Amino acid sequence: MHIYLQLFVSFFKIGLFGFGGGYTILSLIHKEVMVHHWMTQSEFTDIVAISQMTPSPIGTCAATYVGYTASGGNVAGAAIALIAVILPSFIIMTLICRFILVLKGNRFLEGILTGLRPTVIGLLAAAILFLINSETFVDYISVILCILAFIASFKYKVHPIFVIIAAGIIGLIVY
Amino acid sequence: MKLYFQLFITFVKIGMFTIGGGYAMIPLIELEVVERHKWISRDEFLDMIAITQAVPGVFAINVSIFIGSRVRGTIGSLFAMLGCALPSFFIILAIAIFFSDYKNYPAVERSLKGVRPVVVALIAAPMLRIALNAKLTRKTIIIPIIATLAIFGLGVSPMIVIGVGIVGGLLWIITPTPN
Repeated sequence: MHIYLQLFVSFFKIGLFGFGGGYTILSLIHKEVMVHHWMTQSEFTDIVAISQMTPSPIGTCAATYVGYTASGGNVAGAAIALIAVILPSFIIMTLICRFILVLKGNRFLEGILTGLRPTVIGLLAAAILFLINSETFVDYISVILCILAFIASFKYKVHPIFVIIAAGIIGLIVY
Repeated sequence: MKLYFQLFITFVKIGMFTIGGGYAMIPLIELEVVERHKWISRDEFLDMIAITQAVPGVFAINVSIFIGSRVRGTIGSLFAMLGCALPSFFIILAIAIFFSDYKNYPAVERSLKGVRPVVVALIAAPMLRIALNAKLTRKTIIIPIIATLAIFGLGVSPMIVIGVGIVGGLLWIITPTPN
């Protein structure tokens, strides 16, 4: 299959199943990237870091970046991945806006959310387990950095941008 | 025509400042679409948040389509969606082009060595926050554990896991609970 068609199909699927926001989309992208061998684990990790640093939504950023990289540095690849990832949203939301009165306060909406919340947690946990590998964690310093970043982010709510910049500077100094 | 342009510009702004992930931007969206432009009422805004959470895709994009559609129908939603998506496209393209030139520099590789383990923590923190907010009980905690094992251990596609989660949630809701 041509890479453009492959990108379109993959990212359309990602957009269609990307329930629960940016991090779910990241874990879906991870699966597609690995299945199609578009890039290495560490290249994917770099893309996650960059998508978290930019002020735009993680999902659209990661799609654009993977599309660009997977097509061998092609702007068309980036555009196709981005369009494909937002197309399901467009179709579904347009339909919902038509039938909004039917949906309002609907029990099915509640059912979908009830099932999704715990599932998405599992999705994120799996994504984390995939990223814990020898490319991401090269030595004990990696482990310390990860723990410190977790405390900064979870306890002190430091913005990801600052965590990533600090980690980059530390990496430059210690390696 | 002016309204299309306004929709476009407003969502360029929203697409550029989704700092801290989708839901952290709710106040900014509320300020722009409810208070400033009065495109929808506060009640409609709350309905919209509930609906967009149950819909797949990028949260900000879903919001842009909803608002665009309310204000000016399908063409309006296209303008709003385009405005929301374009900042990501140009910002990432600029970074990707720059990055592919500098990726092989030893200094960049050294700092990335520091960044990669931190990415794991930056996904773990929101995950724990979501888990705490989900009010998992001793019974329901089994759901995320099974999902994790299926995806990580058995290599099941996350899409299938999401599908099962939705069907499970729907069955849960339609099953009458004995009182």
